[in-house]
Amino acid sequence: MRYMFLIYSRETDVASMSPTDMDELRAAHWAVMDETRAKGIFRGAEPLHPTATATTVRMEGGSPLVLDGPFAETKEQLAGYYILDCKDLDEAIAWAAKIPTACKGGAGCIEIRPIIALPAR
Amino acid sequence: MPEASAFVEAVFRREHGRIIAGLIRLCGSFDRAEEAMQDALAAALTHWPDQGIPQNPAAWIMTAAHRKLIDMARRERTRRQKRDLLEQEATIATYENPMPAPSSLPDDRLRLIFACCHPALNREAQISLTLRTLGGLSTGEIARAFLVSEPTLAQRLVRAKRKIHDARIPYEVPPDHALAERRAAVQAVIYLIFNEGYLAAEGQALIRRELCAEAIRLARMLCEIDKQEPENLGLLAMMLLHDSRRRARVDSKGALVTLEDQDRSLWDRGQIREGAELVDGALRVGRVGPYQLQAAIAAVHTVAENAADTDWAQIAALYNELARLNPSPIVLLNGAVAVGMSEGAERGLALIDQLGVSSALDRYHLFHAARADMLRRLGSRTAAADSYRRALELAANGIERTFLERRLAAL
Repeated sequence: MRYMFLIYSRETDVASMSPTDMDELRAAHWAVMDETRAKGIFRGAEPLHPTATATTVRMEGGSPLVLDGPFAETKEQLAGYYILDCKDLDEAIAWAAKIPTACKGGAGCIEIRPIIALPAR
Repeated sequence: MPEASAFVEAVFRREHGRIIAGLIRLCGSFDRAEEAMQDALAAALTHWPDQGIPQNPAAWIMTAAHRKLIDMARRERTRRQKRDLLEQEATIATYENPMPAPSSLPDDRLRLIFACCHPALNREAQISLTLRTLGGLSTGEIARAFLVSEPTLAQRLVRAKRKIHDARIPYEVPPDHALAERRAAVQAVIYLIFNEGYLAAEGQALIRRELCAEAIRLARMLCEIDKQEPENLGLLAMMLLHDSRRRARVDSKGALVTLEDQDRSLWDRGQIREGAELVDGALRVGRVGPYQLQAAIAAVHTVAENAADTDWAQIAALYNELARLNPSPIVLLNGAVAVGMSEGAERGLALIDQLGVSSALDRYHLFHAARADMLRRLGSRTAAADSYRRALELAANGIERTFLERRLAAL
C-alpha cells in the first residue's frame, strides 16, 4: 500500500530558524529519505514554499475564481494531489481550473503551492 | 545645489514606472531592479549637480541602473561559482545582454501593471505594488495615504514581491483569452486608488487628494500603453469628471455639499472638457462598458449650467444601460433616484421601495438617504425624518453624517 505523509508545521518557527537548526532539520529529512530509499520504498519528498505563496482556485458559476492564499474551508478536506511542471503561475491556474473538485454537488477548491527547488546534496 | 537634487527627484518620480519596468524585464526580480534604481538615484545625485543634467536624463538613469544590474549579476556568479553551482549560468546570461530598444512592444509598463494587479495577489498588495512600482511613491507616502504604519506597508510589499518570485507570477501581457478579466483587475485597482482619495474623510484630505491625482496619472498611463481599450478611456474620463468637482464638494467648514447645491463656478472646466471628449471618443469605439457609462453619467451632470438644467431623463437612460451590464443594488438605487428626478418623486419613491423589499440595501445608509430625499420632495416630513434617522444610524463617514444631520434639521 502506498501512503502519503503530509507534513504540518509552524511556518513562523521555520522562518526564524537559525542556519544550524536548519541544517539539522535537513539532515533529519535526509536520514529518513536515505533509510526509505535503501528499503526501496521511497517514492518522493519535496518541501513546499510557505502558504504566503499559495493561490486558491475555486470554480464559481462555471468560471475559475482566483484568490490569494490558502482558502480551503474547514469542511473541505485534502482529497488528492497533482504535481505539474508549469511555465508559470498562470499555466498552473489554467490547469487547476480543469481539475474536478466537486463531490456530490458540493464544491471544493485547488490550492496551488510552488515546490521549492532543492540544490543537489 | 538644491535645484539639481529636486530635479533629480522629479525625473525619478516621472520616469520610475518606465525604468523599473525595463529593469525588471532585464533581471527578472523586483528587488534587484529596485536596488539598481536606488543606486542610479544615488549616482545621479552625485554627478548631476557637478557635471550638469544629462541631455536625456531617463536614458542616463537606465544606463546607470543597468550597469549596476550587471555588477550584481557578476558578483552573484562569482559567489555561485565558489559554491560550484553553475546551472544558474543561463539565467544570469540573459541580463548581461545589451538593453533592448526602448520602443520595443509591448510597453514594459504594461507587463508590470498586469503583474502588480495579478489576481493571485490580494487587493491591498495589488494597490501597494502598483503605487510603489508604477507610481514611484515611497513606502512612507503609501502608508500615510492608506492610514497604515510604514512597517506594515513595507511588509505587505515584501510579501507581494516574494509571492511574485516564488510562485512565479508571470511578467507579461496576458493572452487574449484572459485579457478582458485581467484588464478589469487593473482598472479596478486604479479606481480603488481614486476612491480611497475621493471618499476620504476630513483631516487626511490633503494627503489623500494626491491619491486622486495619482490614480488619474496611472489611468493616463494605462490609456497610453493599452490604447485599444475604450474602458481605459472611460475610467480616465470618469475620474477626471468626478475630480473636476473636488473644490466644490466640501465647503469651507469641511461639510459635504451635494451636487445640487455645489457652486458650479468652482468646477474645473478644463478637466470637464477633457473628460467629456474622452468619453465621447470611447463611446464611438462601440464597445460600451461600465466605466464609459459612469463617465457619461458624470458628463451629463457636469455640462448642466445649474442643477435644475440637469438632463435627468438622459441620466436615467444611462443608468438603465448600466444596470443591464451590472445590475448591482447600488446601480439600481441610483437609477431609481434618476427616474425620481425626471419623472417625479412619487415614481422615484415607488422604485426605491420596490428595491428595498428584495435586496441588502436596508443596511446601506445612502438607500435611506435617497428614500428620505424623495419623501422630503413629496412634503412627507415625518416619514422623511424617520428615513434620515435610519441613514444616520448606518453612516460611518463624518462628512456624510454632518450632511444628513443638516438635512434632518432643515425639514
